[in-house]
Amino acid sequence: MNSDLGDISTLLIYGAMASYVVAMIAFAVDVSALGVGAPKDRRRRAAGIGLSTMWLGAGLQFVAIVVRGLAAGRVPWANMYEFTLMFTFFVVAIFLGLQTRRDVRYLGVAVSMLAFLALMLAVAVLYVEADGVQPALRSYWLVIHVSVATLATGLSGLAAMISIAQLVKARSERATVSAGSAAMAASGATAEVTSGAAGGTSATATAVAEPSTQPSATFGSRIVGSLPPSANMERLAYRLNAVGFVAWTFTLVAGAVWAEHAWGRPWGWDPKETWTFVIWVIYAAYLHARVTTGWAAEKFAYFALVGFMAVLANFYIVNIFFSGKHSYAGV
Amino acid sequence: MRVALLLLLLLAVVALPGAFFPQRTSDPNAVQQYFLDHPDTADLLDSLHLFDVYASPWFSAVYLLLFVSLIGCILPRTWVHLKNLRAEPSRVPSRFTRFDVRGQARAAGTPEQVRRRLDAALGRRYRRRLASERGRTADGETRTALTISAERGFGRETGNLVFHLALVGLLVVTAWGQLVHYRGQVVVVQGDTFVNAPLDFDSFDTGSWYGADAQEPFRVRLDSFESEFTVDSQARDFVAGVTLTETDGSTRTADVRVNHPLETDDTRIYLTGNGFAPRFTVTDGSGEVAFSGAVPFLPTADPNYASNGVVMVPDANGGERQLGFNGVLLPTAAADEEGNLIGSAYPQPLDPAVVLNVWVGDLGLDNGVPQNLYLLDTTDMEQVLTTAEDGTEAPVQVVLRPGESVELPDGLGTITFEDLPRFAAFDVRYDPSIVWMGVFAGLAFAGLVASLFLPRRRIWVRLVAGADGATVVSAAALARGDDPGLQRELDRVLAVLESDQAATSKEDR
Repeated sequence: MNSDLGDISTLLIYGAMASYVVAMIAFAVDVSALGVGAPKDRRRRAAGIGLSTMWLGAGLQFVAIVVRGLAAGRVPWANMYEFTLMFTFFVVAIFLGLQTRRDVRYLGVAVSMLAFLALMLAVAVLYVEADGVQPALRSYWLVIHVSVATLATGLSGLAAMISIAQLVKARSERATVSAGSAAMAASGATAEVTSGAAGGTSATATAVAEPSTQPSATFGSRIVGSLPPSANMERLAYRLNAVGFVAWTFTLVAGAVWAEHAWGRPWGWDPKETWTFVIWVIYAAYLHARVTTGWAAEKFAYFALVGFMAVLANFYIVNIFFSGKHSYAGV
Repeated sequence: MRVALLLLLLLAVVALPGAFFPQRTSDPNAVQQYFLDHPDTADLLDSLHLFDVYASPWFSAVYLLLFVSLIGCILPRTWVHLKNLRAEPSRVPSRFTRFDVRGQARAAGTPEQVRRRLDAALGRRYRRRLASERGRTADGETRTALTISAERGFGRETGNLVFHLALVGLLVVTAWGQLVHYRGQVVVVQGDTFVNAPLDFDSFDTGSWYGADAQEPFRVRLDSFESEFTVDSQARDFVAGVTLTETDGSTRTADVRVNHPLETDDTRIYLTGNGFAPRFTVTDGSGEVAFSGAVPFLPTADPNYASNGVVMVPDANGGERQLGFNGVLLPTAAADEEGNLIGSAYPQPLDPAVVLNVWVGDLGLDNGVPQNLYLLDTTDMEQVLTTAEDGTEAPVQVVLRPGESVELPDGLGTITFEDLPRFAAFDVRYDPSIVWMGVFAGLAFAGLVASLFLPRRRIWVRLVAGADGATVVSAAALARGDDPGLQRELDRVLAVLESDQAATSKEDR
């Protein structure tokens, strides 16, 4: 009975993964349409398909997580496999939630890819049968501490995707600014040519003039051009990271309370605790810098990316290769 | 601020080595192993404090500097903030055009009436100052304008200060806890009792302000120990049933579980380990009982609780030829095809057996050097051998099941495996700082949330009597940091005027 439920959960996860692949392809089609010069304000049917399949995938994954919990007879976030299910679900759910308020379809490819790859790794490497947990994990703090940790991971993950988009966009913005000053010098000459071509051929003149104002409208630059301004993305990433930092702080404090109950000390510099602390400090420095310094926005993006890489290292590397008191991932 | 940022990043960097090198505080055995595995580098690393990163001078220097810089930054800010809390909201700026968020409206009624309505619309969250100012209009007439300056969100700065001060508090109480705490570790066999006193613990460490009179005099007896495993040997539950005798002589029984420590008045008792303690009786060559008692065998990494242990019999043969046994306990003995025991098949004692090597000689207990109770020091001992039929000599291996007895060769005596009680390992910890840590951590968290999510906003309004008996309202708003809701907030306040005349517009601002 229980293992049947566990199998159903796994099947649903396969379904969710398939949905994310379809979504990824659909979003990629959408993006490549932008790349070949489709007008920005057209009906983006492919992106619509991508969003629908994302919703489908998130729904399937949600059911899979619930069924997993029923099969194991406990909350479904007690090992690395289940942790992955949770945080990828949060990444996708927060993305979809954001999309209902503003247009973040530009993140579609990245989010669906992240979700798919993480689930792939979970199913292939981290999978364990749905089962009970060892005595150390039998605590209501498992419910509190780990669920908020998955939420924090999801938030920083999504913020990191936005930071990458921001960096790409900022690079092209800088190029546009420098190209803009070059174009100013060149535009004098173009204007003369256009006026020399006389009013009768103004249609051709504009046709000629258009590419010349955007001298390098390549596939990539059109895609980047369709991204929102990098300053906006930076602001969005900051807000996600701020919430993520609060969630991470909560994880840390709740973890210390649990450690006090289970191991008789709130803090013991176990490898996992050390990494969690380092991540907390990185994000604290990020928030601190953002509030008190007038750095260029790109620096913040690098900061946030370093933070998320540390989060990934804390999960994949520390759990598997470092032995410590958190070594009950079941791998 | 730059310094604080630098120190924060430095703190992240200096904390990391502790995740890569084993630490004495969390895993002393791994440190010993590191010394054995890398003898040429271990001493160098040790002199750089890489095995005690979190107590090292360089780590301490970074966090102490960070806290000094934090206090140096926070104290003046607290002062300024306290002054601001008492101060009135700032004057209305003369020109609104330099603000991004502005609004305009025309409303029926005198400026006083309109101001009263706006004042009400601002709500309780805003502190405000109502004033009037004289100015000249474009055509040179003097005119009196009424103003409102309102601000909200002092909680943002308060939260920020509380967060930082709570971190200082956390550091201080942690240091205090380190000074006054004590912690003892003890292994108790079923039926035995331990007293909360330094001598009764197997290991005991204290802070430098520890006073023995602070130790609560209670007794704990281990009545029972139960464990639960799945069919594939995964632990599911451990329960130690204990009887606690408290200071006033009252007794009560309790279950101690992982995650559920036993609490006395100010001390907590944690279940940290468990295993089996086979009870042996050893008689020596003269037939005297030289040893009788339960000996805890330490579980190995084996999920099926194959455990290593040592029986030392210093009193055998008048102490001349001391006996020592080392070997393994198998809770559920598994044999290969030839009947040799090869391991344990299950963590519960379904078919327990011990396999022991026999040593004779000097146990080395009398020279005063502390010894590991779980390791036999065989430097001055000789392994007892037996001669097989084909003349080859092989070490004697004693295999015993509960109730069985074996005669040792060479008239050394007998050993009997009486029965198999369990043992539990407890940590007894007194640390009065824990509660305060919780308080400060909670304060820090609340302060953090306030400092990140409470909006800090200012709204200014100027009201001038218009030509047609209506009032012309102009307003501006300013926030600290990103505040996407600012325009919405200003629109909300001005919306009370909209009922009479739709006049706000972002277009003509």
